[in-house]
Amino acid sequence: MRELTLDDLDDMVLGATLLGTGGGGDPYIARLMVRQAMEDFGTVKIATPSELDPDGLVLTVAVIGAPTVISEKVPAGPEFTGVVKALASYLGKKPVAIMPIEVGGMNTLIPLAVAAELGLPVIDADSMRRAFPQIEMTVFTLAGIPASPMSVADEKGNVMVFETINNQMAEKLARSAVMQLGLANGISCYSMTVRQVAEAGIQGSMSYCVELGKRLMAVQRGEAGSYDEFLKFAEAEIYFSGKIIDLDRRTTDGFAKGTVVIEHMKDPDRVMRVEIQNELLIAVENGKPIITTPDLICILDYENAQPITTETLAYGQRVNVIGLPCAPEWHRPGMMELVGPSAFGYEVPYVKMGGEK
Amino acid sequence: MSRLKIGIDVGGTNTDAVVVDEDGQVIASTKAATTLDPSDGIAKALSEVITGIDKKKITQAMLGTTHPANAIIQRRNLQTVGVLRLAAPSSLAIRPGAAWPKDLHSFVIGPSAIVGGGYEYDGREIAPLEERAIREFAQKCKGKVSAIAVSCAFAPANYEQENRAGAILAEELGADFPVSLSHQVGQIGLLERENATILNASLFGVAEGVVKGFQNALKSHGLVVASFLTQNDGTLMTADEAIRLPILTVGSGPTNSMRGACALAKLSNALVIDVGGTSADCGILVDGFPRESAAAIEVGGVRTNFRMPDLISIGLGGGTIVRQEGENIKCGPDSVGYKVISEALITGGRTLTLSDISTKAGRLTGFGDVSKVSGLSQDVVSKALAWVDEQIQHLCDRMKASRSTMPLIAVGGGSHLIPESISGIAEVITPKHHSVANAFGAAIAEASGTVDRVYRYAEQGRDACIDEARRLATEAAVRAGAEAKQVRITAVIEVPMSYLPGQGCRVQVKAAGPLAN
Repeated sequence: MRELTLDDLDDMVLGATLLGTGGGGDPYIARLMVRQAMEDFGTVKIATPSELDPDGLVLTVAVIGAPTVISEKVPAGPEFTGVVKALASYLGKKPVAIMPIEVGGMNTLIPLAVAAELGLPVIDADSMRRAFPQIEMTVFTLAGIPASPMSVADEKGNVMVFETINNQMAEKLARSAVMQLGLANGISCYSMTVRQVAEAGIQGSMSYCVELGKRLMAVQRGEAGSYDEFLKFAEAEIYFSGKIIDLDRRTTDGFAKGTVVIEHMKDPDRVMRVEIQNELLIAVENGKPIITTPDLICILDYENAQPITTETLAYGQRVNVIGLPCAPEWHRPGMMELVGPSAFGYEVPYVKMGGEK
Repeated sequence: MSRLKIGIDVGGTNTDAVVVDEDGQVIASTKAATTLDPSDGIAKALSEVITGIDKKKITQAMLGTTHPANAIIQRRNLQTVGVLRLAAPSSLAIRPGAAWPKDLHSFVIGPSAIVGGGYEYDGREIAPLEERAIREFAQKCKGKVSAIAVSCAFAPANYEQENRAGAILAEELGADFPVSLSHQVGQIGLLERENATILNASLFGVAEGVVKGFQNALKSHGLVVASFLTQNDGTLMTADEAIRLPILTVGSGPTNSMRGACALAKLSNALVIDVGGTSADCGILVDGFPRESAAAIEVGGVRTNFRMPDLISIGLGGGTIVRQEGENIKCGPDSVGYKVISEALITGGRTLTLSDISTKAGRLTGFGDVSKVSGLSQDVVSKALAWVDEQIQHLCDRMKASRSTMPLIAVGGGSHLIPESISGIAEVITPKHHSVANAFGAAIAEASGTVDRVYRYAEQGRDACIDEARRLATEAAVRAGAEAKQVRITAVIEVPMSYLPGQGCRVQVKAAGPLAN
């Protein structure tokens, strides 16, 4: 097990912003929360599955709600520790570790604050290694692991435990519960054993996030060779460099949808269109899909390499569009139906990228 | 009788003053040095600018000042503040003052408490206001703090609890004890709004000094006028309001400069670039107001969420140092700054700067000795100019709000560097009196009102929601002193909110109009 330092935390925030692929909520509030938890309860340890009892219980924790509401109704603590305690009590077992569901955006960091308070390690794994908008969009769903039983809580002491027949239903029930609970809540689901995490989870997500952030930080400091090193580590590629020439946003079915159009810096005949549903989901150049979900599309500021979130995209920004292959654990039967372009209503084929899968 | 207005701008180096008539013409202008106590510079600029003017014609005086901003940046004369947050049991995971720079935290933040209160997104209370805890907190603050900052979850939507907390503090500490309420200060985003409210409360002393100095200077010159200060968004608040809301002036400098430049050029939609010795700042005016930044703004290292002009600064100015590196040249980012008057080649110095390049190329005339750059190679000049032109082109591209062409207004001592023709720019204009654009911007400032709230379009329909927001903003502008018949809507921003039921959308509307007489 290794201890997470405050320096790691800064790298992790940048890595989490990148893995948020434009969405996933602002990690800034979560970072402040982790800092306070570390001050009050001590540092956090990151453990690999091999360092833990294979039959030990692992519980996840995440924030569920609306990002704008969370900026006003700031986290309290009990909504997160509460869901973990409730599920542990329902299952009649004590957890040996906490796990993030979503290493990407603010949910990367929430588990660290909970782990500090409960004195548990965080297991170095997750179920997305990017941000996705719905609970069932995980590699655990592909592995047949149920989200149920699931707990949702608020900061006042209201706690619910649900049993659901499938992970899609879990998503629906959780969403309707949080509307009554103030739209800034804790959720715990996908309880499993350490052995199941080792078999079905995305391995090393937390360290990957820190390492990714560290390398991007070097790019932002302008260190020689750092861009190549960053891309090599992520097995990523700059697919397009250009200027945003159009931006269209709209809200439907609770999702912030939109389209961003980018004109190539050197060749005005090359135009890239990126489609948004909370996250950046597909990138199409002159009618041809180039990067498609679940692979990651990241829009970085051309000058300072800061990942740009979908809310702060603006006309005239000069950007690099970077594609990162999704975690290899995604490439299992059922991926296309669950998180491929068609799952979000886009009629384009999935374009495989990166090396051997 | 034609009425006159005075505009004064206190900048880091100069205090400028102008007298403007009803048609927006500059009748008189002056530049004085900014002084340690800004009142002295204000008094000097004022006495110079009104010489020979009929004082009875002057009815209004506007002041733009960066003094409160400098007080924060330099940690000068800040007062200790008690911090009260109405939000428990929510928000306990992040204490007030989290992520503040240590030195500023230790100067400013006194006792703090998070007590029961606040609102949910749908208007319900998170908890009833915990009045007893507020009274206890007031007693804890007695004698230890100069002011108290109060914030409350969702106060921009409902400020009843903040007002009640203010009333309780007045009962406990006296009606004149200074209290700052967050809904008067900032927008959605509790932590950023709380930060801004704390900074605001810590500036009460500084603000009182500036406003009293301004009013005394006016009085001692026999001027019986209404006095105002300019805010970040380029609109006015009365001098008395400014004592309670000094934080709203911290970004007024660049705003006044941009608005002044545009008004001098008689334009309301244009890019403005201010080129100094070290850097070039570029902003954009849309319908007469600077476009505001979407990103979080830091003031003295503290994250806040005010509306500030969206500015991009680059290291390009008259003093930018030009170096030859083999075949290539490298410009900046370092600069000789204001020393360009003695260190550039054309002024007898030994450093090759962009002013020298500009002189050799014929862009800069009437400054320094042209013969000093006769030996400069044409290759170096064209490469350096190519770099300048590319930087300016990028800057304009990044600022523009659409693909259509628009004019560019160039101001500042380094504005000679701006090329005559830029792609996407209709024309480059350098208006008369541009050196006092800031003070002019203050003189022509208007009164405004804003609304920032979350609507659910599914309930009332989008049009009804936007209409209501427009009406509320207009009413707020009239309350702030605008002439009711001349108020216009200057901005409508809609930000759809993910996961919020009923097509939730955050709507921000701003209205502004000239002051009623």
